[in-house]
Amino acid sequence: MAATLEEIVDGLAEIVNEIAGIPVEDVQLDKSFTDDLDVDSLSMVEVVVAAEERFDVKIPDDDVKNLKTVGDAADYIAKHQAA
Amino acid sequence: MSKIKPTKGAPYARIMGVGGYRPTRIVPNEVILETIDSSDEWIRSRSGIATRHWASPEETVAAMSIEASGKAIADAGITPEQIDAVVVSTVSHFKQTPAVATEIADRIGAGKPAAFDISAGCAGFGYGLTLAKSLVVEGSAHHVLVIGVERLSDLTDLEDRATAFLFGDGAGAVVVGPAKEPMIGPTIWGSEGDKSDTIKQTVPWDDYRNGTVEKFPAITQEGQAVFRWAVFEMAKVAQQALDAAGISSEDLDVFIPHQANMRIIDSMVKTLKLPDSVTVARDVETTGNTSAASIPLAMERLLATGQAKSGDTALVIGFGAGLVYAATVVTLP
Repeated sequence: MAATLEEIVDGLAEIVNEIAGIPVEDVQLDKSFTDDLDVDSLSMVEVVVAAEERFDVKIPDDDVKNLKTVGDAADYIAKHQAA
Repeated sequence: MSKIKPTKGAPYARIMGVGGYRPTRIVPNEVILETIDSSDEWIRSRSGIATRHWASPEETVAAMSIEASGKAIADAGITPEQIDAVVVSTVSHFKQTPAVATEIADRIGAGKPAAFDISAGCAGFGYGLTLAKSLVVEGSAHHVLVIGVERLSDLTDLEDRATAFLFGDGAGAVVVGPAKEPMIGPTIWGSEGDKSDTIKQTVPWDDYRNGTVEKFPAITQEGQAVFRWAVFEMAKVAQQALDAAGISSEDLDVFIPHQANMRIIDSMVKTLKLPDSVTVARDVETTGNTSAASIPLAMERLLATGQAKSGDTALVIGFGAGLVYAATVVTLP
């Protein structure tokens, strides 16, 4: 069953915590990965790959650069995840 | 039909000796920062690189190769005359013909061995090693000199803040010869030409000659795409090479990935779930990315510093422009 937006954000928070060491409570919809959460471009790739596995979704390289905020990523995953 | 007499090569092949040459000039990040808007901290955090070696005009592709080859031949305990084939992998030898391998073969005193260049980017060492093993086992050569050599400083755009800090120069060489038991495992190799734009020379030489472009060609890459492919796809290839050799990660002593970038190396180690007991080559910190030369250079340094020892089982994997890759398990010389 597809994850809800809330479940996606919780999952992203766990992933960002594991990869970049950011406290899960800091990972909010309006936070920018690079500016607010200190996730650099290479860590972002690791976040994306972990999210792909967790939510059964494909996020091509060309789309990664459009995912500026946690909300962008959560919306993308919600829209593209397998039903 | 006349019968061709069958040839018989060695039962197996091994790496008998390794040698390296690093140019004398050490270039710290401060020098790179003269032409790009960045910081030492940024460069270190994105690449793990603190210094790299850049070649002087005298430290040519041939000159560096000769130095590395001499050490590899001495380490192998043979004489230059015993070399039957010389395989050179490089993308930065600007004189395309004749092959630089012929000059190197002559100047090391190898006589008249088969000598040729190959082009396989950062996978060049693995491609050369695989050819060498095949020649020894098939019987066309007893001892093959495999050289990975680059002067990537000549192909670096010093104004490109994504790559200006990345590349270094140097040469690494190994001698491959006969063995009584398998000491070079099966190679898992391939190419993904559909991703040829991911790492590439900016423009062909003739565009520069014709004045179509003003800037001399340089190597450029799509950082995030390279990172994803290198870490996650190449980890699968590395695992396949272990499986093909019948070696578990617990059996492994040393991991020598192409020294592309420390972040790639660290993430590969994590993705492969290598135990702490495995020594990981992190030569990129002081050598930069030297493409085809990086694996033999890292191998030589691990052995020279005692971090690895002769007889250790090592996983080597090269990957780069093409995209191409080659992974195999070897016994260290």
